[in-house]
Amino acid sequence: MRTIKCDVVVVGAGPAGSMTAKWAALGGADVVMIEKRPEIGSPIRCGEGISRSWLDRVGIKVDPKWVARTVKGAKIVSPSGNHFVMIDESKAGNEVGFVVDRVFFDKALARDAAEAGAKIMLKTAATSLIYEDGRIAGVKAVSHGEPVEIRASCVVGADGFESQVGRWAGIDTSLKPTDIITCYQYRLTNIDYDPDYTEFLLGSVAPGGYAWIFPKDDNTANVGLGVLLTRLKKPGEVKEYLDRWIARDPRLKNGQPLEAVSGAVSVCAPLDSVAIDNLLLVGDAARMINPITGGGIANSCYAGMFAGKVLAKAVKANDFSMKVLQEYEDDWRAKMENGLWRDWMAKEKLITLSDDTLEMLVEAVSKVDLEKITVHTLLAAVKETYPELVKEFEDLI
Amino acid sequence: MKVSAERCHHCGACVGSCPQNAIFMNDFILEFGEACNNCRRCIKVCPVAAISEED
Repeated sequence: MRTIKCDVVVVGAGPAGSMTAKWAALGGADVVMIEKRPEIGSPIRCGEGISRSWLDRVGIKVDPKWVARTVKGAKIVSPSGNHFVMIDESKAGNEVGFVVDRVFFDKALARDAAEAGAKIMLKTAATSLIYEDGRIAGVKAVSHGEPVEIRASCVVGADGFESQVGRWAGIDTSLKPTDIITCYQYRLTNIDYDPDYTEFLLGSVAPGGYAWIFPKDDNTANVGLGVLLTRLKKPGEVKEYLDRWIARDPRLKNGQPLEAVSGAVSVCAPLDSVAIDNLLLVGDAARMINPITGGGIANSCYAGMFAGKVLAKAVKANDFSMKVLQEYEDDWRAKMENGLWRDWMAKEKLITLSDDTLEMLVEAVSKVDLEKITVHTLLAAVKETYPELVKEFEDLI
Repeated sequence: MKVSAERCHHCGACVGSCPQNAIFMNDFILEFGEACNNCRRCIKVCPVAAISEED
């Protein structure tokens, strides 16, 4: 059997994997990144909306090639459609910013990893972990149909929502039904809408989740919704919710699909552990998705950068045990753990609210003048207007 | 469990949701392993109704 040797094998070439590969390689690690699909960034499984403020903090240069649309802001719309919270770019919160083309964005990040020295193998699926003297020592994989052993001092699970790597290693990444949102989306063209704003529609249009419109161009947008798993009553119902909403909304009803995207996102509390000796998890595989927005790209890129920098140190120390990898746990937790807890608790509350309550909530928050709009400041506005809704986690707001 | 290749988008929603880690997916193959205990969560989570119980 073919054997490849390296310092770090990264499983999955999404944003988390490419960022890990890039930062580890920049620090001198010998990195192999494997991707089971034949193309990085495709097929898309994403609404593609990102904020802007974090990009330069993780070393990503904005490239017009992957920016599909620069939006002026976002609207959070009440269940009736009568009230909305307007988030304007002028208010500098930058929770929203770009709608990207993941097909190009993911490739740009993988290119950065390659330029840093990482090797990329497409059509290569990890099938199990290799153990040597009781220690994790790489992955077995199938590459273009042929078995291969990739021996490495550290395995990075960047294998997304359906992550296997963590579970093989005994890390508990299992999800409760109330922490899973199932999604369907069309890239819908021939629609008549405001292409300058992303839109988030709350309420029974998408029970326990929300419906979204993320502009791609003047008459095309990613139009989708996510429903909490426990709110679904029959197979395939999430697609029915989406089709019903589109048929009912005058802006969307003449829309025609260019692409259909299905998928699921985790909306759970942060995991207790995402790293063990010789193995760590990053991004969606580490359940780092924001439980309110369902967004995962920013946290994936931060985690990838933190992990890559720590792996570079591990190479220099020739030590991939938790003695060195603990710094990765510390770094990502310092950046995002409190926020994930706060937003998970907020989600636990939000999913219990009726359309009437959500209507009141959106109306109330729409009247608060917010300097900067983030999930945090929105929750602060809720605390001001309906303190009982956030009582259980007010300390985190 | 069985999967309809005509409906499946290979999105992995079932794989990540499976409490038994009994579903394997590579680029285009979706397989159910012996660990499956028929909890039916995959049927529920599948956005496109591609999974059903064996007849």
